[in-house]
Amino acid sequence: MQDLEMRASAMREDIVSMIAEAGSGHPGGSLSCADILCALYFGGVMDHDPGFPGSPSRDRFILSKGHAAPALYAALAHAGYLPREELKTLRKMGSRLQGHPDMHLLEGVEASTGSLGQGLSIACGMALGLRMDGIASTTFVLLGDGECQEGQVWEAAMYAAHMGLDNIVAIVDHNGLQIDGHVTEVCNPESIGDKFAAFGWDVVQVDGHDMASLVTTLTEAKQTRQGRPKLVVAETIKGRGVSFMEGQAGWHGKATNAEQTACALEEIRAAREERIRS
Amino acid sequence: MIMFANEEERAKKLATRAAYGPTLAELADAGYPVVAVDADLSGSTTIAKFAASSEENAHRAFNVGIAEQNMTDVAAGLALTGKIAYTGSFAVFGCGRAYDQIRNTVCYANLNVKICPTHAGISVGPDGGTHQMLEDISLMRGLPNMKVLVPADHAAAASAIRLAAQTDGPVYVRMGRASVPCVYAEGVQLEVGRAYVLREGSDVTIVACGVEIKEALEAAEALEGVGISAEVIDAFSVKPLDADTILASVRKTGCVVVAEEHSVMGGLGDAVANLLAREHPAPCEFVGVQDRFGKSGAFEELMSAFGLDAPAIVDAARRAHERTASA
Repeated sequence: MQDLEMRASAMREDIVSMIAEAGSGHPGGSLSCADILCALYFGGVMDHDPGFPGSPSRDRFILSKGHAAPALYAALAHAGYLPREELKTLRKMGSRLQGHPDMHLLEGVEASTGSLGQGLSIACGMALGLRMDGIASTTFVLLGDGECQEGQVWEAAMYAAHMGLDNIVAIVDHNGLQIDGHVTEVCNPESIGDKFAAFGWDVVQVDGHDMASLVTTLTEAKQTRQGRPKLVVAETIKGRGVSFMEGQAGWHGKATNAEQTACALEEIRAAREERIRS
Repeated sequence: MIMFANEEERAKKLATRAAYGPTLAELADAGYPVVAVDADLSGSTTIAKFAASSEENAHRAFNVGIAEQNMTDVAAGLALTGKIAYTGSFAVFGCGRAYDQIRNTVCYANLNVKICPTHAGISVGPDGGTHQMLEDISLMRGLPNMKVLVPADHAAAASAIRLAAQTDGPVYVRMGRASVPCVYAEGVQLEVGRAYVLREGSDVTIVACGVEIKEALEAAEALEGVGISAEVIDAFSVKPLDADTILASVRKTGCVVVAEEHSVMGGLGDAVANLLAREHPAPCEFVGVQDRFGKSGAFEELMSAFGLDAPAIVDAARRAHERTASA
């Protein structure tokens, strides 16, 4: 488990560095979902193989909250889909690392996303297609809690349950903040878990920064096939790992300056040293 | 060689939408991995006929309920697993309400999703302005990766649905509710990027698409009576546009009328005007809906009220011809 935590910590460093290098991007929501992505890609939850990214039997992951692209790029780089060195090209002319993920530029990106509210519908279509083909793979999809204000999310929630798509695991990165402030104050979508449950989903909650719980919960969600789609509400902190960003909506879509970057990286590294010593 | 309808077939009137479900069934039976996703209009779009065509095809047809955004992205997800995914609904919803899904998920990733709604234009008639989609060609032709086909009759619609399966990436097929006379022989195989000369003439070129083909052919007949020889071109493929066929005609006739059951903004008219402005400036007249919404009425009444019928094309052709003669 400590290996996974070290990996997540290194991913956080990459997230902070690449956004700083780009001069723009979304650190808050990338840092809040870094542990979730780490558990999926490195905790043995998802079957995937960077050596054979097109394998029909692979599990699929859709980043519905496409603005957290830096977290996905960090995970894919650590998994070997691209050189870590390439992360610093984020958002630059000619880069494969577009501001929001482009499936045709980068292997491992299963769907191009960026316009919120669409990933769960795409997951429904994938899950239907896989079921038609008799492929047992699971389709994972990560949504933001603010994203759940998009009406299409609920169209898809209804449809997934109606079709009994138990090969879908949706995860909500429940960090409580969106660009304009607290999700509950901007336009309250709560309780997101209860609403999914009312639509006929199996819903579980997990500490989105506890690696062991994440791995156990996500694995269980993947393995449970009882005719109902599954939602994991991951309780997270926006900007997790960088204290001046934590819980601050202002860090939704802003890059750090040189001083802030150094400070953030220092904090992430210090926390890692601390964890190793403990 | 394009096969045209014989006299007996020309007397037949069929709606373009009637070709949709049956052609999907034909494609599925021929081994194409087609699936269809509709949004509670499967009877109207005829996708229900695809679902009813065999037990296997029943499993290839999905209905998401009244949720066009979900419909479009479910189709996108199916395409990501190797299916050729068609969507349904009425054009105003399947294309208008789901525009962002078509843009950001389907076209951006160049997915194999075929946007084939029915009831486009004013042919939906009594339902009125909320249901009469007059901006769809404009919306769809502006999207990178998207191809836009506007079939003139039942056989052309069947061909367009087949072409969509045979063409990689997004394709928009615009179908209507109204029954229109057959122009092409059943089984005709049209092509993406092609326009078809339906009638040869020397004084004015009429470029039309969809239900306007019938009106254009009638107008050409009437123009003949007043000594104006009109060439009628079916711009079946609005995007990509067949520049060669249109330019060759206008170089011969010297002027053009563009007729479409669509807003005069952003549709076939603008596509042809853009082509001519670049390659061969010539007097252009436009028959289309003038920056307004539709309203309730019978299809034929609306065609006349909105200036989309044969007499309107005749007037436009005379104007174009006069401008050319006085130039």
